[in-house]
Amino acid sequence: MERLRRTMMFVPGNNPGMMADAHIYGPDSIMLDLEDSVTMAEKDTARLLVYNALKSVNYGDTEMVVRINPLNTPYGKKDIEAVVKAGVHVIRMPKTETAEEVVEVEREIERVEKEIGCLGRTKIMAAIESTLGVVNAYAIATASSRMMGIALGAEDYCANLKAQRTPGGDELRLARETIVVAARAAGIDALDTVYSNLNDMETFRQEVEYIHRLGFDGKSIINPRQIEVVNEVFAPTEKAIEKARTIIAAIKEAEKKGSGVIAVNGKMVDRPVVIRAQRTIDLAIASGILTPEELA
Amino acid sequence: MNTLKERADLVAEEAKKLNKGVYNDADSSKIITARRELQAESCKLATLEDAIKKSGLKDGMTISFHHHFRGGDKVVNLVVDKLAEMGYKDLHLAASSLSDVHKPLIEHIRNGVITRISTSGLRGELANEISHGLMAEPVIFRSHGGRGSAIASGDLHIDVAFLGASSCDPLGNACGYSRSENAKSICGSLGYALPDARYADKVVIVTDDLVPYPNTPNSISEHDVDYVVEVESVGDSSKISSGAIRDSKNPRDILLAQQAAKVIINSGYFKDGFSIQTGTGGASLAAVKYIRNSMIEQGIKASFALGGITAHMVKLHEEGLIERLIDVQSFDKVAAMSLRDDMMHKEVAAYEYAAADEPGSAVHYLDIVILSALEADVNFNVNVLVGSDGIIRGAIGGHPDTAADSALSIIVCPLLRGRIPCVVDEVTTHITPGSTVDVIVTEYGIAVNPRRPELVERLRNAGLEVVDIHSLKDKALSIIGEPEPIPFGDKVVGVVMNRDGSVMDVIRNVND
Repeated sequence: MERLRRTMMFVPGNNPGMMADAHIYGPDSIMLDLEDSVTMAEKDTARLLVYNALKSVNYGDTEMVVRINPLNTPYGKKDIEAVVKAGVHVIRMPKTETAEEVVEVEREIERVEKEIGCLGRTKIMAAIESTLGVVNAYAIATASSRMMGIALGAEDYCANLKAQRTPGGDELRLARETIVVAARAAGIDALDTVYSNLNDMETFRQEVEYIHRLGFDGKSIINPRQIEVVNEVFAPTEKAIEKARTIIAAIKEAEKKGSGVIAVNGKMVDRPVVIRAQRTIDLAIASGILTPEELA
Repeated sequence: MNTLKERADLVAEEAKKLNKGVYNDADSSKIITARRELQAESCKLATLEDAIKKSGLKDGMTISFHHHFRGGDKVVNLVVDKLAEMGYKDLHLAASSLSDVHKPLIEHIRNGVITRISTSGLRGELANEISHGLMAEPVIFRSHGGRGSAIASGDLHIDVAFLGASSCDPLGNACGYSRSENAKSICGSLGYALPDARYADKVVIVTDDLVPYPNTPNSISEHDVDYVVEVESVGDSSKISSGAIRDSKNPRDILLAQQAAKVIINSGYFKDGFSIQTGTGGASLAAVKYIRNSMIEQGIKASFALGGITAHMVKLHEEGLIERLIDVQSFDKVAAMSLRDDMMHKEVAAYEYAAADEPGSAVHYLDIVILSALEADVNFNVNVLVGSDGIIRGAIGGHPDTAADSALSIIVCPLLRGRIPCVVDEVTTHITPGSTVDVIVTEYGIAVNPRRPELVERLRNAGLEVVDIHSLKDKALSIIGEPEPIPFGDKVVGVVMNRDGSVMDVIRNVND
């Protein structure tokens, strides 16, 4: 099953209480933050905490991501060294504007991986938070084979755009669509920006529905309470599941017969349709609508 | 023989047979004072000191209090200060519960004014001192139902009850709220005070709102009351009850609540006419919210909600989702006001609420209860009284009563509280027996008592993951490590009574 990234939950890297049990809420990914949620005075202690959390907490199947400080700060390299050594799955680069920045981070990761003998273990994702980043989205998305996704960071992007945030998000439309298209073209995941008003779950739901329609794989979230809404929105419909099951069954049948061509209801089924069907099944299992036993 | 005079001999003869006197009209007199003025002369009205003197209280006797004013209570300290001032010694203080606010009792214990305590719980500095061996005699802990039974049976005999009330008339009709303009405090139900009012030898009502007769509908009846004392304040309103519905935003509480709600909805007991009790912890309250959604979706209504009644329950009642509220303790102002104003919101005494030996007590007809815990163990025993550091820091409350008598008891408890594991090999103190606990919900999984295989099946069929309780304990240990043993001494500082009057466990002193 391909990894789902419906929810990437931000957890401040200086909050051990939250880091210790973030996984119990069932986010698909957890992003421990060393950047914006940690003050300069706490950069070193947070790094130490995050390192120890990654080493000692059993996060189960949850994908572990750490947002590092940019390499042009005194902390970036130390962050990479610590979290790669701790076995992080993904390093998230903040405020990424060019492919070169990704290459630079990759070089640092490689250096540490070589040192400890685990070359190629660490993936990279990049947050795009400026107009230049949006313009370079595809180049960033394809800058390294380690790239697993790109994400929109709306606050900085809007400031840079000289636009105001609005509830409908008109100002983000181009950035969102660009990021989804770039991610898809690069064959990686697209993640949407956070929604920070926890008291307005209705608008949050509308925003999740909107980015789901745009094609995003998931949303960055800041509180466990947001998980349920995202999962509900991303859960496939009964009809879609039925269709996907028919397609998967047809593939299995065709494989058995050794036939290369698959047809469902007299129509040819090509590869993208199969991929989409598999993703629908994965989502249905993750959403608890289907059990793996039911598929067997 | 047609006149009264002619029948006089016969009257005298019959009176003699009945061993009675003959009515003498000259003995009777009619009081013509306007009745509002007459009330002010009620023989029950007294100062606190006079009431104590008249009550016949002697050294060595038992005095009692209720805890409906919670953290705002001023009655215990006011009365015991006065008793100390009057030179009383060696008293047994039998409260329905005690809390942080009763810290001044420490000095009264040191000075020998109070030498024995019976209560449901202890908290704060008083609890800490007692845990370290302050008292020569162990504190006797009882559940609310157990206390009701003990008072009714005479096991716990009360000589003088001092019962705070938010309103009282000069004859002793008292309530936990007031309908007057001078209302100063409100606590709602006086359920834990009703056994004291009924069975104590003498009853003194202490009120901060003396209202004209009749203060009806009343909670405590004038029939049970000997003295009425007016004081400036019985409690700090802001600490008695909060004004609004509390909605937990704590994600862990919400997770626990969602899981508890799923257990309830799929337990087999979630059907029309069911009855429910919940605690006041964040998770319990939040669970009510999720159950409410399912009640609406499935068209299910509850016949009654029991226990500590909260604003959440009142809301469901007002929405028509719960037919009746049975209230031994109103947990917030919304609940207290509802008790005052709503006929279907009924106050009950502790023994009608939870006594094991009262066939009609409400807990016998309770389907589902959600409870909290300080610790649970692999045998499903639960401790709600003593902390993992050996210090008393809680109250038995109705925990064992409702767990034992409900059809389904659910304990909601985080696996970890900071560095404290809450699922352990053996609880520090044995309060609620594992045989009465059906389900334990933690953030790391749901454990079902092996005595309830049908529940395991129902929950699994509903797609819930049921885990072995041992795996929860192991999980906690793997995260936190093996805790150091508690440095208990050899002195018994507390005795835990079962609700049937037998002794459950003892609490030993803690050495630092």
